[in-house]
Amino acid sequence: MRLEPIAQPSLARRLVPPALALLGAFLVASVLALIAGGNPLAVFGAIVKGAVGSKFALLETLNRATPLIFTGLAVAVAFRAKLWNIGAEAQLYAGAVVTAVLGTGVLPWPPALLLPAIALTAMLAGALLLLVPALLKTRLGVDEVVTTLLLNYIFLLFVSYLLEGPLKDPMGMGWPKSARLIAEARLPRIVEGLRLHWGFALALLSAVALWIVNARTTLGFEMRAVGQNAEAARFAGMPVTGVVLKTALLSGGLAALAGFSEVSGLKGSLTLDLSPGYGYTGIVVAMLALLHPLGVVAAALFVAAIFVGADAMSRALGVPSYIADIMLASALLMMVLAILLTKFRVVRD
Amino acid sequence: MDIFEILTSAAFWAAAIRIASPLIFATMGELICERAGVLNLGIEGIMVAGAFAGWIAVYMGLPLWGGVAVAFATGMMLGALHGLLSVPFGLSQHVVGIGLTLLATSLTFYTYRVVLPEVSSPPKITAFQPYPIPGLSEIPGLGSAFFTQTPLTYAAFALVALVAFVLYRTPLGLAVRAAGESPAAVAAQGLSVTAIRMGAVIVGSGFMAVGGAFLTLSAFDSFFFDMVNGRGWICIALVVFGAWKPGKAMLGAILFAAFDALQIRLQQTPIGALVPYQLFLMMPYLLSILALVLMSRRAEVPAALMVPFNKGER
Repeated sequence: MRLEPIAQPSLARRLVPPALALLGAFLVASVLALIAGGNPLAVFGAIVKGAVGSKFALLETLNRATPLIFTGLAVAVAFRAKLWNIGAEAQLYAGAVVTAVLGTGVLPWPPALLLPAIALTAMLAGALLLLVPALLKTRLGVDEVVTTLLLNYIFLLFVSYLLEGPLKDPMGMGWPKSARLIAEARLPRIVEGLRLHWGFALALLSAVALWIVNARTTLGFEMRAVGQNAEAARFAGMPVTGVVLKTALLSGGLAALAGFSEVSGLKGSLTLDLSPGYGYTGIVVAMLALLHPLGVVAAALFVAAIFVGADAMSRALGVPSYIADIMLASALLMMVLAILLTKFRVVRD
Repeated sequence: MDIFEILTSAAFWAAAIRIASPLIFATMGELICERAGVLNLGIEGIMVAGAFAGWIAVYMGLPLWGGVAVAFATGMMLGALHGLLSVPFGLSQHVVGIGLTLLATSLTFYTYRVVLPEVSSPPKITAFQPYPIPGLSEIPGLGSAFFTQTPLTYAAFALVALVAFVLYRTPLGLAVRAAGESPAAVAAQGLSVTAIRMGAVIVGSGFMAVGGAFLTLSAFDSFFFDMVNGRGWICIALVVFGAWKPGKAMLGAILFAAFDALQIRLQQTPIGALVPYQLFLMMPYLLSILALVLMSRRAEVPAALMVPFNKGER
């Protein structure tokens, strides 16, 4: 077989494969639910009900989507420039560490000053963390996939050290957790009484901001050009190395905001289980969104709904909640194939 | 105990060889894939799946070598999926690999929960036992370190010889290397680049899974969720460190394992106890990055690595 580009893909050509990919992911999950002794319809029903079936469930989904929007944006902006940042997990924790350090009383500032200061410092930490692999890539040609992956392990061990050493809460009953943030360092709730904090709004704002950067600025144009063809971009006189480094700073900063938002908005302190792999799930989110910033919001909501729903389903029906991870991973693989098939047709030799 | 004493003890080198074994299996697997032109980032997930598949097969009653075979077959199936998406369809090997790792890991955890719903700690199996090779293991000094290992460790070293022989001494190996250097030349010879690359990814993934199974069937006797713990990514660094050559990659794995065995022992020394243990645990990952940086100037990377081949496209 070989692939042949389609000059003018029809509407059906552009819509059917992605739809089939999502359907395929549900099919995979159905078979697995059957194997675990669950009725697929009951399983999906319980997932939907658990994700959006009540005010509590809906708020939980929005809360879960918040860090995923940030990490999804971080991955999307990097992948668009073909900078393979798989280290959003570490960058998230970098933001979280900064929040736990600066938010516990060292800066006696009012919230209006303190929160932006923490957020910007968190972004800086995440940005610098990705700058290292980006520099290794541009200077020495070291593949950033492996270095960012390895940095995830290194940074998590560093956080573990901090939580058992310098950052350990003396009131924590021996648990490795940081001291609670002061009230001034907490992101307030959007509506009093509803368990949803301003981190969610910040995530939406970041998505719109990135969309504007992508669509309306020189940097956005350069990032896409470098991603599509670095050689051509270089030939056209673009500072390719500089663009890659700027992309890295942007991506690392966005991922760090996930850590800031989780600690400041949701948890109030730093623990080693702050993120159940939000950095990695961000890859799925970004790919499902076709790397579009606004698509990231939709994909993050979808992914969060599946995770929150699967947790509730698992408690009710006993089918392991890992079914959500399988569904998303298979959706990712089938979606990249589907996108290819919207532009190419398979020809038999 | 000082460093010199540690480095000259047979127990230390025995541990280093044991730690190196799973890395050698998986590194050989990755090396085969990359020599054919495919970066397989599914390695981490394939190792997790292999560790579980081999262990659960033995737990269900298969003999130990049966467990190894089940792990190998599991790896081949996952490799076939990677190959299908990345070779004929030519999809981004980065995305396919990470996706496969996510898929294989979550499938493994799901299966674990379905098969063993009510266990708080995973059951144990009777793992491979050390098999001293008569004569060789009695050589004073390093004899007992190298030749009092489990059969699966001997298999790991045999695999290095096999991979080196096939790659450099057979027409098949030439075809695999050519597919990674100059696929157009392979196609011009009337061979199918797709078939060669698919085969390499499938077989290589099988060996990655056996590397995972080494952990559950030989190094330990049970399966834990965070067992593989980034070893797959380390193996990718080892392939680069070994300049895509089986023998060098094996030496890299042993060197690396020696550092790992050393850090475990240094933790228990009076000075080591003063250093946070996390710093010791970081060493393997830091060393991997260091290895990548040191080797970066020596460009011996297969020319067509990560370059999809679409016949008829020029």
